Amino acid sequence: MKYETVIGLEVHVELATESKIFCSCSAKFGAEQNDHVCPACCGMPGMLPIVNKRVVDLGMTAGMMLNCDINRTTTFDKKSYYYPDLPGSYQTTQWFAPICVNGKVKINTSKGEKFVRIKQIHMEEDAGKLVHDDWTDTSLVDYNRTSVPLIEIVSQPDLSSAEEVLAYLERLRDLLRFAKVSDCRFEQGSMRCDVNLSIRPEGSDKLGVRTEMKNMNSLSAIERAIDYEVARHIDALENHTEELVQETRRWDDVKGKSYSMRTKETAGDYRYFPDPNVMPVVIDDEWFDSIRASLPEFPEVKKAKYTEELGLSEYDADQLTQSRAYCDCFEAALAESGMAKESANWIISDCAKALNRRQETADMLKINGKALGQLIKLVSEDKVGRANAKKILDAMFEEDIDPLAYAEKNGFIVSNDTGAIEAIVKAVVEADPKSVADFKGGKEKALMALFGKCMKELKGNCNPQVLREILIDQINKA
Amino acid sequence: MNLYIDKKDSAAAKNVVVDDMILTKDLTTTAGSKMLEGYKSLFAAEVADKLEGAGYTVTGKANVGELAIDLAGETSYFGATELEGKLTNAASVIVKNEDVCGAVVFEVNGANMRSAALCDLILVKPTYGTVSRFGTIPGACSGDTVCVMAKTTGAAHELLDAVAGYDCKDGTMHADEKCALLKSGAEFAPVKKVAVANSLCDTADPAKVEAFKTFLAKAGVEAVEVDADILTSASAAWTALMCAELCNNVSRYDGVKYGYRTKNYKNIDELYTNSRTEAFGMLLKTAILYGSDALSTGNYEKVYDKGLRVRRVISEYFASLFAEYDAVLMPVTSKDEYTMADIEADRYISFKENRFTSPAMITGLPAVVVGGVQLVGKAFSENALLDLAEKFEKEGK
Ligand SMILES: [Zn+2]
Repeated sequence: MKYETVIGLEVHVELATESKIFCSCSAKFGAEQNDHVCPACCGMPGMLPIVNKRVVDLGMTAGMMLNCDINRTTTFDKKSYYYPDLPGSYQTTQWFAPICVNGKVKINTSKGEKFVRIKQIHMEEDAGKLVHDDWTDTSLVDYNRTSVPLIEIVSQPDLSSAEEVLAYLERLRDLLRFAKVSDCRFEQGSMRCDVNLSIRPEGSDKLGVRTEMKNMNSLSAIERAIDYEVARHIDALENHTEELVQETRRWDDVKGKSYSMRTKETAGDYRYFPDPNVMPVVIDDEWFDSIRASLPEFPEVKKAKYTEELGLSEYDADQLTQSRAYCDCFEAALAESGMAKESANWIISDCAKALNRRQETADMLKINGKALGQLIKLVSEDKVGRANAKKILDAMFEEDIDPLAYAEKNGFIVSNDTGAIEAIVKAVVEADPKSVADFKGGKEKALMALFGKCMKELKGNCNPQVLREILIDQINKA
Repeated sequence: MNLYIDKKDSAAAKNVVVDDMILTKDLTTTAGSKMLEGYKSLFAAEVADKLEGAGYTVTGKANVGELAIDLAGETSYFGATELEGKLTNAASVIVKNEDVCGAVVFEVNGANMRSAALCDLILVKPTYGTVSRFGTIPGACSGDTVCVMAKTTGAAHELLDAVAGYDCKDGTMHADEKCALLKSGAEFAPVKKVAVANSLCDTADPAKVEAFKTFLAKAGVEAVEVDADILTSASAAWTALMCAELCNNVSRYDGVKYGYRTKNYKNIDELYTNSRTEAFGMLLKTAILYGSDALSTGNYEKVYDKGLRVRRVISEYFASLFAEYDAVLMPVTSKDEYTMADIEADRYISFKENRFTSPAMITGLPAVVVGGVQLVGKAFSENALLDLAEKFEKEGK
C-alpha cells in the first residue's frame, strides 16, 4: 500500500528583545548562570508582570511576515505545571486570544510551490534550564532563560515530507531574520521545533495515530527523525511490529532512533485561565500601522529589484539577500556611492571575509553602510588605494569612522605629486639594476617586483596606472 | 496570643501596622503560613514605601489567617487572635487596643471587613486598581485589595491618602487622576439615596442595619429596600474565582527556591508533595483542591468561566442600582461574634460568611465598613461613602 505522511509543526522562536517579557532583566544569551534574574523571573511573591511592548511589536511583525490576521485585542493566560525550571510553577502564555491567527507561508520544493497554513502564533515566556551535575548527582537550575520572550508558530498539518518541513523551517527562519524578529539559531536554542507526525493510506481523509517529537534543535536531526518515524509507523502498520499510540517521543540523534518518553499515569492538565495581572493588550490603528510600515520587503522582492533595476547578477543578489544586514548595508552604500556592483562586491567579498575572521555570521554585519559608500567613492576617485581601503574597512568593523578623515590621519591619501613619485621610483630603479636588466631581457615578472617595491615605498598611496607609466619611463631612462 | 509576626520599636509620632500579606524588607512576611516562616523579602511593597514617604513608621506585621482566606485570622500557623474571647483578626485587635494611627491590610476573602465590623472600626476597601498591589502576597489577584483600617473615618482617610496613587509596577492600576478622586479634599457628590440589599439582610442579624437606617432617616438620606437577589450569587462565584487564582498563586511555594522544604524526600515529586503537605493548613489545601478542580478540563466552563460571567452580571446589576442610588447598604457579618466553636462546627464557614463581602470583592467596587455595616459605592466614590460614614460617627451613636 502507498502511504502519505501528515506533519504539523510547532516552532518556538526566541524574540530579539533587549529585556525579558515581564521584567527588565536582560534577555541576552550566554551570560553566567543566574546573572540575568530578579525577584519577578525567579517567582518570588509580590512581583507583578508588566508587558514588554517590544514583545508585542515583534509578535505582530512575525504575524504580518507570515500573512496572519492580527487580533487587535490579545490577552495573556496562565498555564500551570510543576517543574523546577519554572519558578512560579506557571507559564504565562496566550491560550484564549493569541496575537496572530490564520496565516500562510509559501514554500518551494522539488515538487514545486506550496502554501503551508499557519493556525496561530502566540507569545509566551520561556522556562529556565536544569543543569545536571553528575559529580554530585544533583540538578541545578539556571533562571537566565526564564521569561525570555518567545513566539510559538503553530502550523496546520499541511506538510508531507522531510523536504517540505526543511523548506518551511528555512523559509520561517529567512523571513523572521529578515524582519529582525529573532536570530533563529537552532544551535543556541533560539529556534526549536516540535514535530507532530502521522501517516495514512494515500488518498484517505482520516488521520492516523499521531506522535510528537519535542524540542528538535537542528535541521539535519529533524530530517533524520522524520524519515525514521515514517519508516517506524509504516513498519508498525504493515508488519505489526508494534502498536502505535499517541505519545511524545524523544529523538536520539546519535543512535538515530526515537524513544517513547515515560508517560505519567495521569495526563497533564494545564488548567489555563486568563492572567488577571495582565490587562488585555489593545492594538490601535496607530500601533498596527507603525508596525506595518516598519516591515521589510521580502527577500525575493529585493532580489528581483537588485537584478532587474540595479543590474546585479543572480549570484550577487542571492548573496546579498541572504541577510537583512547585508541588504541594509548595501542599500546605504549604494545610496552614497551610486555604484551597485562595487557596493555588492565590497559586502559579498571583503565584508564577508572580515566577518569570517571575526567568527561572525552575515546577520551580524554592523558597519555603517553610508561610510562604506564613502570609502567606495574614495577608491573610485583614486583618492585611496585598494590595499589601504581594506585597512580602512577593517577599522570600520571596530568603530564608526569617517573614511576620509581616517585616511588622512593614517597617510592613506593617494599622492598626485608626480615629481615626488618619480624621485622614489628613480631611487628604487637605481638600487636594483638586476631587475631592470631582467625586465629589459624580456622577464615580465621583474617589472612586477619593481612595481611592488615602489608601491611599498609609496605606502600604497599612488594610482597603479600612474605608477606603471612612471616606472617604465624610469627603466627606459636607466 | 500572637498579634505580631514581627515588630520593631518606634519613638515616632505616626505609627502604623501592616498585615502579614504585605512585604516589608526589615520585617519578616509569612502570610500566616508555615511555608513562609521567617521569610525576608528582597523588596518592600509599594504601600509600605508610600506609608514611609507620608511620614508613617511601619512598626509591626499583624498576624493573618493563612493566605488571608479565612473567617477572621483563625487559620494562621502562628495562632488565632481574639478580642474579649471573640474571634477577630490581629490587625483589628491592634487598631482597637494600641496607640497606632491604624492598619494597612490586604483583603482577599473579607476577613478584614468582618474583623473591622466585629470590632466597630472603620475600614475602607478602595476601588480596585487605586492602591498598588506591588509587593503583596498574591491571593486572588482579580480581587485582592489593599485596605485601610482605623478607629475613626478621619484617620482612615489620612491612611488612604498615603497609600492610594498610580504605580507603574502594577499593570492593573488606574491613572493618577482617577486615584486622586479618593483623596481628602477631592470634589464629590454627597450620598442622598441609599439602596438596602434585602437579600443579604435577610440572613444577618438585623440590629446593625436597622440602627444605620435609623441614622439615615435622621440625616435626611432616603433609604429604599431592594431585593438584590443576584448579590447572593457573589459568594459562590467569588469562592470559585478566588480558589482558582489562589491555587495558581500558591503553586510557586514548592520547596525548591525558598520557604519550607521537607526533610523527607527521595525525588522531585516527593519534594513538592511533602513540602506542601507539611507546610499548608487544611483550609488552604481545600481551596487549592477546589480551585484546581474549577480550572480543570471539563470544569472550566462549568465553574471558572461561570464565575467570570456572574462577576459581569453582578457588575451590571450594581451599575443599574447606581443609576438611581448613591450607595448600597449591606451587612458585613451574619452575627455579632464568632468563636472557635463556629469554625469547628463548619470548617468552610468563611466560604459562606463571605456572602456579605463578595459583592464588593468580585466587582472591585469600593466599600466602607462603619458601625458594623458596609456601604458599597460606585468606583471612585470613596469620598462620598466616607462623608456619610463620618456623619454616622458624629450623629449615629
Ligand atoms: Zn527578571
